[in-house]
Amino acid sequence: MTAQIIGTYAAALSLLIGSGFVLVGAIGLLKFNDPMTRLHAPTKVGTVGIGMLLLASMLHSLVIGDGSFHELLIMAFLFVTAPISANFIAKVNIHRRACETPPAPPRDDTWSTLQTPESD
Amino acid sequence: MARAYRWLLPHPILTLILAVVWTLLQNEVSAGMVVFGIILGIIIPWITSVWWPDTPRGFRLDKMISYSLIVMWDILVANVQVAWIVLTVPNSKLKPAWIVVPLKLREPEAITVLAGTITLTPGTVSADLSDEGHSLLVHVLHTDDPDAVLNDIKTRYEGRLLEIFS
Repeated sequence: MTAQIIGTYAAALSLLIGSGFVLVGAIGLLKFNDPMTRLHAPTKVGTVGIGMLLLASMLHSLVIGDGSFHELLIMAFLFVTAPISANFIAKVNIHRRACETPPAPPRDDTWSTLQTPESD
Repeated sequence: MARAYRWLLPHPILTLILAVVWTLLQNEVSAGMVVFGIILGIIIPWITSVWWPDTPRGFRLDKMISYSLIVMWDILVANVQVAWIVLTVPNSKLKPAWIVVPLKLREPEAITVLAGTITLTPGTVSADLSDEGHSLLVHVLHTDDPDAVLNDIKTRYEGRLLEIFS
């Protein structure tokens, strides 16, 4: 019985922490005024935010005696895909010149996003 | 024997990952499903091996595990740091910066892992790769000393990845 109570409180605590981080991510998205800095808040704060929510889901499923590990998969796929969407948003910002132009790379000609064919 | 092994398991780690993912998808461990996962893990890399022209030759799984643990810890710390910056630093005091990371890594897989790690950790997002792939462009949310961040990326992550993919 006590283990169940501890589990329930732990699930509630992770829900609170997770939603707190998601809230901070949303605040960051609204607060910053430049597209590149705006990108930082959701990409990072989101990972732990959603991670804690999934942890709460796992704890709850263990408490009610029906263990579930799907959440581990969700976390793994999230960690693999989050950087890619962030990278694409950053590339669009560079391409549209929506941010400061980055410094030129030391050894190569230019950044791959800025490399456009002559005809364009 | 070695040739038969290479023919049957062109990507041993991919086989392992597919089997584990399949078992997790079932959400219960039963012998039948594990065997089916292993069968999938053998068939899928075998069918798709045409599209994987060259495997990275060296891959140290043991070092990759310790690297993942370090990265997970860094992600936790990064989340608290970024949350703190979001809540306390006003927009006018924010010092974002571009950092150019010269790369020693050459394998595309290793560079992908490095770029992903940078995006997930302390206030940095990897934005672009140079046209020949010799440097990585990184955006930092808030820093007083860009060189320290660059040094951190090179010693903490790139050095370890060089050992993993060697």
